Parts: sequence; C-alpha cells; structure tokens
Amino acid sequence: MKKLAAFVIVGIGVVVAPQLVYPAFVMQIFCFILFAAAFNLLLGYAGLLSFGHAAFFGGAAYITGYVIKMWGYPPLLGILAGVLFSAVLGLVFGVLALRRRGIYFAMITLALAQVIYFSAVQLPFTGGENGLQSIPRGMLFGLIDLSRPACIYYTVVAVVGAGLFGIYRIVNSPFGVALTASREDEGRAISLGYDVKRLQLIAFVLSASFSGLAGAVKVLVFQFASLTDVHWMMSGDVVIMTVLGGIGNLLGPIVGASVVIAMQQHLDFMGSWIEVVIGLIMGSCILIFRHGIVGEIARLFGRRGLAARNG
Amino acid sequence: MHLSLDLILAQTMLGLNQGVFYAMLSLGLAIIFGLLNIVNFAHGAFYMIGAFVALLGYGYLGPWLGDSGFRINFWVSLIISPVLVGALGILFERSILRRLYGLDPIYGLLLTFSLALILQGIFQNYFNVSGTPYHGQPKILSGAVDLGFMTYPAYRLFTIIVSLIICLTTWFAIEKSKWGIVLRASIERPALTQALGVNVPLLVTLTFGFGIGLAALTGVLAAPIYSVSPLMGADLLITIFAVVVVGGLGSIKGAIIGGLVLGLLQGLTKAIYPPMASTVIFIIMAIVLLIKPAGLFGRE
Repeated sequence: MKKLAAFVIVGIGVVVAPQLVYPAFVMQIFCFILFAAAFNLLLGYAGLLSFGHAAFFGGAAYITGYVIKMWGYPPLLGILAGVLFSAVLGLVFGVLALRRRGIYFAMITLALAQVIYFSAVQLPFTGGENGLQSIPRGMLFGLIDLSRPACIYYTVVAVVGAGLFGIYRIVNSPFGVALTASREDEGRAISLGYDVKRLQLIAFVLSASFSGLAGAVKVLVFQFASLTDVHWMMSGDVVIMTVLGGIGNLLGPIVGASVVIAMQQHLDFMGSWIEVVIGLIMGSCILIFRHGIVGEIARLFGRRGLAARNG
Repeated sequence: MHLSLDLILAQTMLGLNQGVFYAMLSLGLAIIFGLLNIVNFAHGAFYMIGAFVALLGYGYLGPWLGDSGFRINFWVSLIISPVLVGALGILFERSILRRLYGLDPIYGLLLTFSLALILQGIFQNYFNVSGTPYHGQPKILSGAVDLGFMTYPAYRLFTIIVSLIICLTTWFAIEKSKWGIVLRASIERPALTQALGVNVPLLVTLTFGFGIGLAALTGVLAAPIYSVSPLMGADLLITIFAVVVVGGLGSIKGAIIGGLVLGLLQGLTKAIYPPMASTVIFIIMAIVLLIKPAGLFGRE
C-alpha cells in the first residue's frame, strides 16, 4: 500500500513538474539523478571512491552524439553505442584502478580520466573546444519524434526510470548483498568464498555503464557534448551530489543531484561564489553530517534501515 | 619529421624544469600522506595561493596601500609566501582537518577537495582564469646561460637548482637527521613515540605546515614562468597524483625521483611526438600499475 502511494506521488510529480518549472531543467536533474545513482552504486555499495566518472559520462555523451549526428543512426542505437563505450572503458579503468585500494583508487581513476579529457581536446572527431553541437534528437523506434517537447520529456523519464530501477534491482540482488558484505568486511567475504576483486570489477563496469547511459540521455536532451562533460570537475560534481545526498541509500543521489543542480541554476548570479558555497556545504557535510541529507533525516526519524552505515 | 638533437635536448631541459616542480609538489604530498594518512587534494590550491602571494605582493599590494611604488620583490616573496601559506595550512590542520584523524582516509580526501573548491572559488571571483603574468622576475636572472651544449634561460636554471637543493635537503633531513628519525618513528608508531615523550600532534602540525610551505614555494618559483591563475594548481595536481602513484605514495625517494623522471620523459615526448605530451605521464602510470602496483619505490 505504501509502495503504491509512493508510486502515485512520484507519478504525479513527474507529470506536474514540467508545468511548474522549465522542462529542460527537470530533464537535466533527471540525467544527473541517474549519474549520481550510478556513482552511488560504486561508492555506496562497493565502498570505492572514483574521481574519474566524468570519463564515462562525457565519453558516452561524445560517442552517442557522434553516432547520431555523423552516422545518422537512430537515437536508441546512439544510446547503446554510448553505453557500450562506457562499459568497455569501465572495464579498462577497473582492471587498472582495482590494483590499488582506498585512496589510491581515487587518485588513479582521476588520472586515467584525464587521458580521456585530453583525448577529447585533441582528437578531431570531438570538435575540440567547440564540442559536438546541434546533435539531432531523431525518431525513437522510427515512430516517436523526439524533437517534440512531450516526447523527449517522457522518453527521458522512461530511460532514467528504467536505469534507476535497474540499479535498485542490482543493489537488492544476491550480487548487491555480496558487494555490500565485501565493503563491510572484505576478509570475511573472501573467507566465505566470494571473489571480492571480481565483485568490485563488475560493480565498477555496471556503474560506468549507467553513468554512460546518463551521459547519452544528456546528449539527447541538450543536443551537444562538450569538454565540460569530460572535465574532472564533472567527476567532482557527481562526488558532491552523492555525498551531499547521502552515501549508500537509494534516495540519497536523487536528493543530492536535485539540490546541487538547483543550486547551480538558481545561484548563478553569485558567479564563482557558488563554488565557495558548495565547497562549504560539502565540507560541513564531511565534518558534521557524514550521512548526507537523506541519511541524517532517516536517522532523525530512527529509520535505521535507510541510514547508511559508514564513518 | 625533423628531429634534431638540439630540439630533443632543449625540450628535455624544459622537461627537467617541469620535473623539479613535480618533484617539489609530490614531495610535500608524500610527507603529508606519510604522517597524516591524508591525500591533500588542496595541495594544488596552496601552490596556486603561493604564486598569488608573489603576484599580489609585487603588483597589487602597493596600490591597495596607496603607495604605488611599494612592491614586495621576488626574493622576499620566496620567504614570505611559504611562511604565510604554511601558516594558513597549519590553521586548517589545527582547526578542521584534525577532526578527521582515525576515520577512513577517504574523508580527508573529500574534505581537502572541498577546501580546494573554496580556495579556488574565492580567487576565481577576483582573477581571470586565463591567468595574469607575473613581472617580478629578478633582473639578475633574466637572459640565458651558456651550458656548453646549449643556452638555457637563467631563471629556469635557477629554479632547477633551488628545487633540487630543497628536495635533497628534505630527503637527507628525513633519512639521516635526528629530526628525521623522530619523524619516521612518529609515522611508524605514533602512540609509542608519544609515550617516549615526543609531542607527536605538534610534529604532525609542523610537518603539515612544511608540506604546504613547499607547495607555496613551488608556486612562487613557477610564477615568473607560467601565468598565475586560480586553476593553475588544480590541473597540475592530477599530474602530481599520477607521479605519486608511479613513485609510490609513501616514499619520499619515489616522489623526488618520480617527479624528475616523469618531467624529463614528458619533455622528451614533447620533442618526439607533441600530441602525446599531455597524456604520457598517465600512460606510464597505467603501465607501472600493471607491472608494479605499489609504485616503483613503494611498499605494499
């Protein structure tokens, strides 16, 4: 009954939102919710902090954009190509970065992502400083014209919804439980017969693929891919969204991404002071509210199940 | 392709210049990590502030004070900037960073990342991201020096010599001096060292300040060469991370040698195949990870 109520509320929210605020803004939030949820799959459930997720998000954005614009393929194939690229890239990054742990993992992913950034700067097909612009949205299944506002909106809702549902299923699957177990006590998980390295690698590839999906959808919405998408600051943004919302619970990234995107939009007049404000919020989050917005609220109401066990 | 020996030599010497900056920054990062178990994501921001102290002191402070003739020259900046920025670092360590000791190092990384955002954001409001040139390079160091096999800018030669002296002195102090023995004991067994009467928290604070001071000093040395910009440290820091992974994060020796070697290799790449120059360090890092995950001088 509770679940049904939640579904109805979310459903009404999704329908009403574009009437209340600028639809592109809502779709941007949806893309980043998916991105943050994909990131949370890795940080929250595998306990691995990656500082290189911009490579998957932005890499997929470029590939999807290129396949649709230059090859004239339909949007669905473009998205598939982008996700596939991110999955393969995730495998390469994962194999390399998982050779080290903890703090090294963060530094290595950051450094590897920089290779993708410089490639995007230098390779001819990415358009360098200009990026890929005016990428057509095309026809979904050859039937639905995505240039119509309602069509693109509900396509984004469907894809992001499917992505979130996928992540939800992964987290609650035996694989997800084993992953959480290996985060909590790696030694015990190994002694129980789990191949922790393999679990972590799979989690990394999955996280990279969903990040790629987010980047691909972003290209459909905004019709461009640029260096901002692959810049390390994008990796930093998704870290901030996830930590701010609350690590290791499914609602955290949704709240975190919405708050950060809304702040970036509405506090635009502050110029670079917005960076300072976000830094201050992030810092106080680390020092005082280590469970993030959702985690702290859940703790306040004594819902232990929602509160992530970390720190 | 026209590959002359002169070109290779020239680019390699420029690479050496880059390499000493890498070495200085990785050295500070390694010292801080060794003692505090924290990867200082704000290291690049402190380097940036170091350069800004020199820039502000030379071109801005006088007009602010109403005496446009007043300038803090390069030599004074070389002393003042590390002291000021090091003090800022100590303040941060004492008041905030301290609260995270004993937690997962990831929190230290995230907190210093927030600090970097704050510091860079503040400077971005007042200074152009594309950079402001620093004109305070001392006259005595202008011009070029004949090294026998090539002529080399005197100022760059000066930065190489100063940086090498500082790196080697620090290395020697940590490995050989009594102060270094105490420091290493504090890294290995903090509780036991404290029981023997060493004020370990004070040592931690001072070492942190020293590491930050090194970053600021590097910033001052870099100011006359690169233009001073709010993000000059952020991009550099990622390269430094790769250097540190190659050298082995806990290793002082690895930081210095790694920095020099990778700087040289980058210079060499710039001469042979320029498009690879910005990525070569990261590719070397990937190869080192495959062969020796702990880094060239690191311990698992």
